[in-house]
Amino acid sequence: MKHKLSSRTKTYIVMILPALILFVAFNTIPLITGAFYSFTNYRGYGSYEFVGLRNYIDLFQDARVGQSYLFTFKYAIAGTVLVNLISLLLAMGLNSKIKAKGFLRGMYFVPNVLGGLVVGYIFSFLFTYIIPTLGNALNIEFLKNSILASEDWAWVGVLIVGVWQSVAMNTIIYISGLQTIPADIYEASSIDGANKWQTFTKLTLPMLVPFLSINLVLSTKNMLMVFDQIVSLTKGGPSQSTESISYLIYRNGMDGGQFGFQSANAVLFFVVIVTISVIQMKMTSKKEEQL
Amino acid sequence: MSGTDITKTKKPAKIKKDNHINIPLTIVLFIGCLTVIFPLYMTVIIALKSPAEMTNDAMGALSFPKTFSLDNFAEAMRVTNFGTSLLNSVIITGATILLALIIHSMAGYAIGRAMTRHKSFKFIYFYIVSGMFVPFAILMMPLVKQTAILGIDNMFGVIILYVVFYMPMNIMLYSGYLKNIPLAMEEAASIDGASTWRTYWTIIFPMMKPMHATVAVLTALGTWNDVMTPLVIMSGSENTTLPLAQLNFQTQFGTNYNLAFASYLLALIPILIFYIFCQKQIIGGIANGAVKG
Repeated sequence: MKHKLSSRTKTYIVMILPALILFVAFNTIPLITGAFYSFTNYRGYGSYEFVGLRNYIDLFQDARVGQSYLFTFKYAIAGTVLVNLISLLLAMGLNSKIKAKGFLRGMYFVPNVLGGLVVGYIFSFLFTYIIPTLGNALNIEFLKNSILASEDWAWVGVLIVGVWQSVAMNTIIYISGLQTIPADIYEASSIDGANKWQTFTKLTLPMLVPFLSINLVLSTKNMLMVFDQIVSLTKGGPSQSTESISYLIYRNGMDGGQFGFQSANAVLFFVVIVTISVIQMKMTSKKEEQL
Repeated sequence: MSGTDITKTKKPAKIKKDNHINIPLTIVLFIGCLTVIFPLYMTVIIALKSPAEMTNDAMGALSFPKTFSLDNFAEAMRVTNFGTSLLNSVIITGATILLALIIHSMAGYAIGRAMTRHKSFKFIYFYIVSGMFVPFAILMMPLVKQTAILGIDNMFGVIILYVVFYMPMNIMLYSGYLKNIPLAMEEAASIDGASTWRTYWTIIFPMMKPMHATVAVLTALGTWNDVMTPLVIMSGSENTTLPLAQLNFQTQFGTNYNLAFASYLLALIPILIFYIFCQKQIIGGIANGAVKG
């Protein structure tokens, strides 16, 4: 029996090996390399020397980095709230007694299968040409110029596209959450005389907490890593007002000769993402325990 | 999308009478659909219009073309090497899925079964799954160097990287799904003298079919539309993927929006066709992944 077990374990090791080797080679090693370069003044080519914590100190004094964090956070917070609000409402709508349920669900999911880059190009045309003509025709001052050309409002343009694409995925997850709630609970609550709002806050919402948790972590992470839409909509402009962290690392790290400095930025970004995800999971798991 | 109406109108219909169809809500949801349909309508119309009929304003862009022209598509295919980039995208996504189904399911199985008895497997599980939180931005620059050194700064390298990027999620899904498959199956096979390896491929692998579908869908959607990885890894080679071609040829479209939109539409059509035929599997796959994950 003992021998049998060990031969089985041997097979398990063989089975896990390809994945483990690939993961170490293309995740852990580059991660360590990146962290290593973050302590150097490497430009991506030529020689380099160690600069200690210089890059990290500079990060906190660099206006452009600060701006990119500001934009990314503004975008991620607004986006996460909007996406979850809209997709929760949409999920409740699509989960109730309606006609053409399959068709509607199918339609609302379409944005999710389309690529962010091409969607960005399509919306770019919409923002640049279609909406301003509408603004002129209706004489609404705000809409007369492209939203993407405004330093103050370009981020909203990026946000609209980001939300448009992300709602679908979260809606599906909320729908599968709603379907786990047994119908007789609703009957019981209506017999007890609960009104619609009470039913929603005291019943539907608590039952959805695990799904809310998945959705929050998912959409925050995706929103923080925004890249494709920036490339096709604004290229970080106007005057770097929509430069996301990923985009800045890409642009200055790859072509701007800041390999070392942007590696430090990437390490910081990694720490930020892990911290936020852990906090979110802690918070929602506490909520789950309370129930 | 007018949201509040949905909450207000939904509940009574559900609570009071079960067979009562909520017509106002249906209408609201159909109107909301326009937010999805309108950008797609615009894309199709502009792509079909000849540049002579086109003006860059609402009327000029959105009005129905007098003559449908397919010239834009022919031109866009020529300019962007549509055939080649489509083929590249198919190869990359296809190979990634194939490798993911083999490598990830195998690892997910081994981890799922051995985790309870061996601490080291549990450690490996958390080690790989925590990779989910590593943003591409931190791996990007070192990976560009590393793939160049290894001579895989090409499609092959991109495939390998995708296999690594989707590994945390897929292994989590597979080892989670394994809890639904009773150990008795394997024990019976082992009494009959079949090796663990053989038992896996002949009995367990086929049984994980629902999870294979979920993994394939999630991996496919991610890799097919990804721009960043091929952008930084394959920038040296002449090959492009379908989305990358849109970026690379942006300057050649110039102000000819009809040509540009024909190209965008061409880039969207393959995944839309795939979606139309596999809609059930895609939506089911995502729901499945969320519940099991």
